[in-house]
Amino acid sequence: MPNIEHHYMEGTFPMDMIPKMGEIGLFGVTIPEEYGGAGANYTAYGLAMQELERGDSAFRSFASVQNSLVMFPIYTYASEEQKKKWLPKLASGEAIGCFGLTEPDFGSNPSGMITNANKVDGGYILNGAKMWITNGTLADVGVVWAKLDGKITGFLIEKGMEGFSAPVMKGKHSLRASVTSELIFQDVFIPDANRLDVNGLRGPLSCLTNARYGIAYGVIGAAMQVYESSVNYSKSRIQFGKPIGGFQLIQEKLVWMLNEITKAQLIMQRLGRLMDEKRARNEQVSLAKRNNVWMALECCRLAREIHGANGILSEYPIMRHANNLESVKTYEGTHDIHTLILGQDITGESAFM
Amino acid sequence: MNVLVCVSRVPDTATRVEIGADGKSINNNGVKYILNPYDEYALEEGLRLVEKNGGEVTVCTVGADVCVDILRTSLAMGAEKAVHIKSEETLDSFSVAKNIAEVAKSANYDVIILGRQSIDFDSFQMVSMLGEMLELPSVSMVAKLDINGTLVTGERDIEGGKEIFETSLPAVISVQKGINEPRYPKLPQIMKAKSKPIDARPAIETEKYTSVLSMEIPAKQRVGKILTDSDSDINELVRLLREEAKVI
Repeated sequence: MPNIEHHYMEGTFPMDMIPKMGEIGLFGVTIPEEYGGAGANYTAYGLAMQELERGDSAFRSFASVQNSLVMFPIYTYASEEQKKKWLPKLASGEAIGCFGLTEPDFGSNPSGMITNANKVDGGYILNGAKMWITNGTLADVGVVWAKLDGKITGFLIEKGMEGFSAPVMKGKHSLRASVTSELIFQDVFIPDANRLDVNGLRGPLSCLTNARYGIAYGVIGAAMQVYESSVNYSKSRIQFGKPIGGFQLIQEKLVWMLNEITKAQLIMQRLGRLMDEKRARNEQVSLAKRNNVWMALECCRLAREIHGANGILSEYPIMRHANNLESVKTYEGTHDIHTLILGQDITGESAFM
Repeated sequence: MNVLVCVSRVPDTATRVEIGADGKSINNNGVKYILNPYDEYALEEGLRLVEKNGGEVTVCTVGADVCVDILRTSLAMGAEKAVHIKSEETLDSFSVAKNIAEVAKSANYDVIILGRQSIDFDSFQMVSMLGEMLELPSVSMVAKLDINGTLVTGERDIEGGKEIFETSLPAVISVQKGINEPRYPKLPQIMKAKSKPIDARPAIETEKYTSVLSMEIPAKQRVGKILTDSDSDINELVRLLREEAKVI
């Protein structure tokens, strides 16, 4: 992935990639062609995410948001008029979207959100703040979740609406090539037409299930990249008179990586088919996300050991992927929350509170 | 404008090739195959001609059942139809050209475009053979191509310079790297490519003029030795020249 190290160091997203990604169909992968999508299945979507994250989690994050968190809810819950207005532009990359659920004080517990909407003549008045919003500052449209009469409801926020601002969050040591923002709403008027037709946590969770599936597939790409770098390094780095790949401890690390990557691929191949048959359960997606992000992060740690001091240099992709995956491990449901989701599914007992 | 683009399935350039047990073919085990990179330029050039002038691109390959993958790739890039001339046996250049010429005769293609060479056998013969068999003008190594009506002008690479040429359609053209930048297949096109037609037909029997007797991997280059101007090294140099290199 040319230039990614530069963007990572500078903390910028490679904006020139957006129309290119749109052109080859990476936005709206599962959205029908009549709305500008690719009309492909979830297996194809997952593989696309894998290849993007092989480059950098910033590309995959961008695509996850555009595909699963913006185009999916607009396609599923918005009016025909809104679909026609936004989907083709989002598919081409001409418009950028963001998704606002998480708040400064409500991460793992989104139901507690403070952001609220009040019905007024012709629309709603929105107040509150969202945090950790990928592409918030860049976005032309945002799918934002707020409480209306105590129920979580989705709204489409548009750039330039009065009282809406989206300052960028600075100082990240992870996902540096991705734009992360706050969303601030001060008496923002949202017309009736911008309300999504879905109530309750079910709305945002349906988006997150799709996005988490893409993440679970995507991180395999990062793992493959650090594995490949490790194999090449092991063959060319000479210590004690032979390539380090000839030492048992290095071989064990390479075998572990290949083994775990293969298992993750098998999980995703099956889960992809279940998604295509509309038979996948949220808990299966949780299992895949939880396992695969952990696996990819472990691969980075082993790759870092194999590369020795060189592993910390930007000449190799190791630390960049490792740092990125630290975010991926806790976003879209932390590793621990997915453990609780699975624990509850197995035992029938909730351990959330 | 109807364009025929001839494509070939070749080992990936990053593959480490090994000789097979018969000593005259490569070991396919674990080898990844791709659309011949020069043919990507040919296909891109064909697609651009059609985008400008209307018509359609047909791709054609001669080879085993497995070649269907590069035909699907070509269809995903934008070709409308594919012809798969099936032969499990590796044919020589003459046989391949004869088979493609049969396809070309069966339809009225305005232009036939090929990559300058396939990177596996590097025989460079297809463009000239097709020109001869079809009695059409053939131009090789084309680095720039302009077609207006039936007038064809362009540049071709020659040793140490370039040559400006002019000819007329129908013609057979082989293209050089850099004539364009081949597109990436788009996801919707990849999906559509699955249902585009592939016309499969058996290869016709022809005379054979060449056969591969054996293959070998080039010997590894010897590692250089660095000697200094010390007396002992000078003695060593003389010994090496006499005993190893056997030149003095």
